[in-house]
Amino acid sequence: MNRELKRVSTFVLLLFLALFVSTTVIQAVQADTLNADSRNTRTLYESYKVERGPILVAGTPIASSAPSDDEYKWQRSYTNGPLYAPVTGFFPVNGEPTGIEGSFNDYLSGTANSQFLSSLERIFTGQKPKGAAVEVSIDPVAQQAAWDALGDFTGAVVLTEPATGRILALVSKPSFDPNSLAGHDTDAVDVTYDALVADPADPLIDRNRGGDLNPPGSTFKLVVAAAAFESGKYTPESTFPNPSEYQLPGSSSVVINSGGGTCGPGATVSIADAVRLSCNIPMAELGVELGDKAIREQAEKFGFNVEHHIPMTVEKSIYPALLDDAQTALSAFGQYEVRATPIQIAMVSAAIANDGIVMEPSLADQVTGTDLAVVKSFEPQEFGRAISSETADALKKMMVADVDDGAASNARIDGVSVGGKTGTAENIGADGEEDPYTLWFTGFAPAEDTKYAITVLIEDGGGMGTDGYGNLLAAPVAQKVLEAVLNK
Amino acid sequence: MPTDQTGVVQSPTPNGSPPTGPIRRIRLPQKMRNLELALLIFACALNAVAVVLVQFGALGHLDLTLVFLGAVLSALVVALHIVMRFVAREADPFLLPIATLLNGLGIAMIYRIDIADGHDGWDSAAVRQIAWSAIAILSAIAVMLVIRNHRVLFRYTYIAGFVAVVLLLLPLLPGLGKEINGARVWIGIGDVLTFQPGEIAKIALAVFFAGYLVRNRDSLSMVGHRFLGMRFPRARDLGPLLVVWALSMSVIVFQRDLGTALLYFGMFLVMLYVATGRLSWVLLGLSMFLGGAFVASRTLDYVNGRFNNWLDAFNPAVYGADGGSYQLVQGLFGLAHGGLIGTGLGQGRPDLTPVPQSDYIIASLGEELGLAGLFAIFALYLLYVSRGFRVGFAGQDDFGKLLGVGLSFVIALQCFIVIGGVTRVIPLTGLTTPFLAAGGSSLIANWIITAILLRLSDTVRNQPRLVVD
Repeated sequence: MNRELKRVSTFVLLLFLALFVSTTVIQAVQADTLNADSRNTRTLYESYKVERGPILVAGTPIASSAPSDDEYKWQRSYTNGPLYAPVTGFFPVNGEPTGIEGSFNDYLSGTANSQFLSSLERIFTGQKPKGAAVEVSIDPVAQQAAWDALGDFTGAVVLTEPATGRILALVSKPSFDPNSLAGHDTDAVDVTYDALVADPADPLIDRNRGGDLNPPGSTFKLVVAAAAFESGKYTPESTFPNPSEYQLPGSSSVVINSGGGTCGPGATVSIADAVRLSCNIPMAELGVELGDKAIREQAEKFGFNVEHHIPMTVEKSIYPALLDDAQTALSAFGQYEVRATPIQIAMVSAAIANDGIVMEPSLADQVTGTDLAVVKSFEPQEFGRAISSETADALKKMMVADVDDGAASNARIDGVSVGGKTGTAENIGADGEEDPYTLWFTGFAPAEDTKYAITVLIEDGGGMGTDGYGNLLAAPVAQKVLEAVLNK
Repeated sequence: MPTDQTGVVQSPTPNGSPPTGPIRRIRLPQKMRNLELALLIFACALNAVAVVLVQFGALGHLDLTLVFLGAVLSALVVALHIVMRFVAREADPFLLPIATLLNGLGIAMIYRIDIADGHDGWDSAAVRQIAWSAIAILSAIAVMLVIRNHRVLFRYTYIAGFVAVVLLLLPLLPGLGKEINGARVWIGIGDVLTFQPGEIAKIALAVFFAGYLVRNRDSLSMVGHRFLGMRFPRARDLGPLLVVWALSMSVIVFQRDLGTALLYFGMFLVMLYVATGRLSWVLLGLSMFLGGAFVASRTLDYVNGRFNNWLDAFNPAVYGADGGSYQLVQGLFGLAHGGLIGTGLGQGRPDLTPVPQSDYIIASLGEELGLAGLFAIFALYLLYVSRGFRVGFAGQDDFGKLLGVGLSFVIALQCFIVIGGVTRVIPLTGLTTPFLAAGGSSLIANWIITAILLRLSDTVRNQPRLVVD
């Protein structure tokens, strides 16, 4: 009997071991994630008690807390609220915080596990608890330039550092004032919030990360060209037939180049020229030859079909599954059901500028405690290698040519070599009618030793319906932002 | 050495002739009881401190009412201790202080949640818990006084089995049975007095299993067919396993209580294994239970829901669903909020989790006492169970050994089922955390178990081992 009893004892020990492990996992390992969960109201209630840490841009607070005389003890306020709204998000007293306020709620409210020692210290010293400061990677000059350059367009601008993925500017318009949602009069806040939610222009949505995703249009040609070069079967000089009309395989529909006609003179056209002049027909032909699987694999290497976290969630950009040849042909120039966030497109051009390596875009630089010591610093995270450095070089040359002598000419800057690719994507509305275009520009500068990668999205045709196009409206926005940061 | 009830030792003479006369036992210092008293005072002090800390944390001032009520309980456990000085001198010194400490911590936490919910007087779950604790400790004293030798229980094997079945059936009686939170495991008169007879049934079952297995272990362990290197039982010996399995399954189906079914069946399997030494029984039983649970998860909505909540807790659809994972996830949030050292008693928000004082008391304690506090509580349970297992290791009679193992194991398994459910090791099922959770039936059952274990441990120590096995 005792032999069996020994085994039962071991079994009981294992049962309890499981409990020791599970509680450790929850209370130590996963605690920060759980505390950061937006459904966790505890963190919210807890956060009333503490002086919430500031959010800093280049050492200056864009969000900070000041004492208030009511039950909430502290009033949160935002400097340049609308400008930084996509970054800060807002911190309501009766709801879930969003943006950095939400993602770093545990640090800002001082409840993160890594602040354990300082909270222990406070227990003994009797100090009032205080949250840590979160420093974001935003460059105030770039942010302001992007805000100004985007003007009254509905759209978004994201500027990143290709080598690190650090986000230097993150602008989305129309925007909102987070101050209007951080008030302590919860009824008034609710009214404001409901109005913002009901607003058809969706000011609460950061278009860089999500919302109604747009087709990437011609900017997606970069991905298709990358897939072609990576296959080893094509070079920029590989040629394709150059008709002025292309009948989709197995379909009666035809594809034309934008503006009609052939893609430059000649019976054939090279991939390099097709990208430079942004022609649809050669890309459709290339897409069908490559097949949807090769394109999807390439798109996924750039980051499509997965969520990203900056640390706020960036919606999945979509390259759809299981396409027939006609759908592949349309997808090859960023139409059909291909959808992309500006951040995803920014990852594509940043990877091309970064020798083929995709960095995870991120806003987080570091968290500093009340004693100014660094609590946590965020190292650049690599998403993976999307393309070889040869392919990256080839694409880079094509993008520089596109700006110098192609369809993206409005992004030119004197004395600086700029690479870019425009996009003008068609949208078919629910009624089957053509909706206003989505306009894109994505690129980088300088071409050698690249410091900046930029992506501009303009929705609703930039107010010009189906008359506007990427080079006309989006490229100049990028040009202004790049100029501002290069002249800093 | 045989002892009669007056504490007189019949000392046999070497030549086997009858003893010349009774020799008064030398009055030995009660080392065990003195150690117990010291630990008991420590436990009571900790409990008082916990209540006071709750008041400072949550109320901001001291309110002596509850401290006085707690003092009454302390007096009762000391009474139990004094009773043992007379009737169970050599009983284990750790069981009582551990039970006291866990009981008291539970009361402190229940009180803390009362404060958050604004309950006081008889509305207060803590006051009711104290009343139940008093009844439970008095029951333990009664058991201690009535059962002077555990072997009398052996005589009532089949009656115990019958009692267990009746207790399990009670909640199904119309008029008497009550359904709370979907589980039909309660009986009650009006809304005031509710009782879970299944908790008491587990003691009766342990007695029945121990008695039955001791009587039949030979036929269960000796005969059988060899297959895959193990001796499997004959079909006709499968009867008891099938009966207990059917019982557990009917608990799942009719009482909608997965946890209790697992508890009974687990206890039976472990006792069966210890009695027969046959792993084949365990494998057979486990596969039967898992098979049954699998079928149940496919056919019974509530079981299926439990599995979904477990596997996909953070899915917004599951989280938001009626009977979804809201409670589970809130419990995890609470634990995470507590972190390593907890928020401090009275300073967390355990009241945000549904039923924080009963099923979820471990999450409440984890929030305010932190991982450190939970580890201490787990260690207390482990120590309690290991003291129970000592009875199994050192006991001389198989019935006592089996009963000790069964009762201690049922405490361990109950902890695992409920805490494992809260911490997502296994699907969540409604069971009470022994000694901690609010609920009278559970308290009474666990204090009676404590009394029986104390009685068993006293017997073990009182009889020096003549045969070393």
